[in-house]
Amino acid sequence: MSQSESHHASNPPTTDKALVKVTNLVKHFPKRGGIFNQVIAKVHAVNDVSFEIRKGETLGVVGESGCGKSTLGKAIIRLHDPTSGSVIFDGVDITHLSRAQLRPIRRQMQMIFQDPNSSLNPRMTVEAALREVIRLHKIVSETEMRSYIDSLLTKVGLRIDDRGKYPHEFSGGQKQRVGIARALAVKPQFIIADEPVSALDVSIQAQVLNLLMDLKNELQLTLLFVSHDLKVIDHFCDRMLVMYLGNVVEEMPCQDIHATAKHPYTKALLASNPITDPDQRGELVVLEGEVPSPYSPPAGCPFVTRCPIATDRCQTENPPLEDHGDGHRVACWEV
Amino acid sequence: MDDPAPNTTPILQVRNLQTSFKTDRGMVTAVDGVSFDLFSGETLGVVGESGCGKTVTNKSIIRLLPEHVTRYGDNSRIMFKDRNLLSLSESQMRGVRGNEIGMIFQEPMTALNPVFTIGWQIDEALKYHTKLNRAERRQKSIEMLRLVEMPNPEKRIDEYPHQLSGGMRQRVVIAIALSCNPEVLIADEPTTALDVTIQSQILRLMDKLKEETGTAIILITHDLGVVAQACDRVIVMYAGQIVEIAPVRALFHNPRHPYTRALLDSMPKPGVTEHQQRLPAIEGTVPSLFNLPHGCRFYDRCQRAKPDCQDRLPELVSLDTANDQPASDETVQHGVRCFYPLEAAKS
Repeated sequence: MSQSESHHASNPPTTDKALVKVTNLVKHFPKRGGIFNQVIAKVHAVNDVSFEIRKGETLGVVGESGCGKSTLGKAIIRLHDPTSGSVIFDGVDITHLSRAQLRPIRRQMQMIFQDPNSSLNPRMTVEAALREVIRLHKIVSETEMRSYIDSLLTKVGLRIDDRGKYPHEFSGGQKQRVGIARALAVKPQFIIADEPVSALDVSIQAQVLNLLMDLKNELQLTLLFVSHDLKVIDHFCDRMLVMYLGNVVEEMPCQDIHATAKHPYTKALLASNPITDPDQRGELVVLEGEVPSPYSPPAGCPFVTRCPIATDRCQTENPPLEDHGDGHRVACWEV
Repeated sequence: MDDPAPNTTPILQVRNLQTSFKTDRGMVTAVDGVSFDLFSGETLGVVGESGCGKTVTNKSIIRLLPEHVTRYGDNSRIMFKDRNLLSLSESQMRGVRGNEIGMIFQEPMTALNPVFTIGWQIDEALKYHTKLNRAERRQKSIEMLRLVEMPNPEKRIDEYPHQLSGGMRQRVVIAIALSCNPEVLIADEPTTALDVTIQSQILRLMDKLKEETGTAIILITHDLGVVAQACDRVIVMYAGQIVEIAPVRALFHNPRHPYTRALLDSMPKPGVTEHQQRLPAIEGTVPSLFNLPHGCRFYDRCQRAKPDCQDRLPELVSLDTANDQPASDETVQHGVRCFYPLEAAKS
């Protein structure tokens, strides 16, 4: 598979320098069974994925459950160890670093999770949770701690009095703000947001998206934004990767994706997204069938079992991601 | 389908439904004065954010709330085929639930029993509510699975829930719900746990079944896209009350309540919302049911609020006629609970 080049046209706030460079990343999970608990199958969660994220850029990763989008995020931050391939962060190959070597790098990369209920410790006040990470990474001295925590809370739209509250005293949106404050506490360059607004109500979703947008601009953050919601990705990101069954099937800029999407799966995702207009009802191009089991993906193109335009070649050969110009890459024999 | 034929008699009439719960912190009223009609062959959407009372409203209809902590208002009535469901005994209710009124829940894994085959679970409903013998019930179960477009139903009927994907499980749940030909189907977030491509399959299936069986559907969802695609009429709920009720086109093209307008605006819309610009979010949060304001419940988040909005609670008012009659006891096409509703669009 071809490696991506870094000379594509870039959007205004970004520079040409790649902050994250992922090359041929593979992550397999073994399935064990039988009397000796041998590996009897492998889940191909991430299959030979290569891409770059430039400094200041927001890259979206979109796909349905089980497509490998979360695994990809976690493999970059080394919450999962990649099976093969490499992750280069800010010029350093972090693929094989030890835990101790990773620590200073982890300060630069933080994660925001989907469910703030399970990512916050219910027995820790907001202040205690923030203090823990700040101390661990020695961000500010003890004397500055209080004012630093207050400034973080203000920055994410919480009140300074919220400092002593426990997670259960907050609403879902506020909890997510605490999660964001904790990620920002160590002054990272790069944030992986894994479905950060999926558990929130629509009106709160917009609040949190606005907050992330403001923080990204103010702190010049680089983001990897993982979501199943194409509407959100399209609105929020500069570019996006569309994943299907562990493979990137399309990589494209997020402007006018309805007009520019080429891969039949991306088009199907767009068409399945219910439009908020009762006059544009009806002929949803519904994709038949379901995602095949990741234990036994199809031999050729991963999408072949559901693709409306599949040919004989698609049954046997997996198409590579081919460059279509302007940072648009598509893995399909038929486009 | 687009015209819900307001002149026919409704199959279900909810009148002034008030549902309260006894809690450690005192009584809390989760649903406060909800009235609406449901007609055969229509899909009525109920939208709102978590805690707005949409699920409690529908669990009140099928009386699935824990009886010992639930209190219904003295004037509350739920009329279904000349019976007030709120005054039925539990054993009478059991004859209605799953038989005349079917239910689909959000999470198909928890709605199905993991230790029984799906055939057993469809059979259970049939055994209870019909007089069919064993062979006939199996035949009927296979027929139901075929109706919900389950591939290979003769084989699948003997499989367990864990052998099926999420979309297939939801089809089984729908098959169970429809097995006794219910007149009303209550679907509580039926597609929320599913992927979008599977969601559109299930929505299409529900629409097809509605056309074939004439079942009236109450579709509870938080997703305005699903409402636009699948519903004929819509109820918007906020803090336990209906704030707007309207035919689906009127709701999306001419919303009159500021909350409905704000909800629609807060979603990113491809081609309309400016790329990577701030979204018009609704600031603040839903008021706590323990501490509701005296006046309009949307007051502190409303951009159109005037000082007197916090003094009195607005009534749900019909917009169908010029003389603003209270809408609570008659069938309204478009009603809104606001002193200062948005202007009607001039078409």
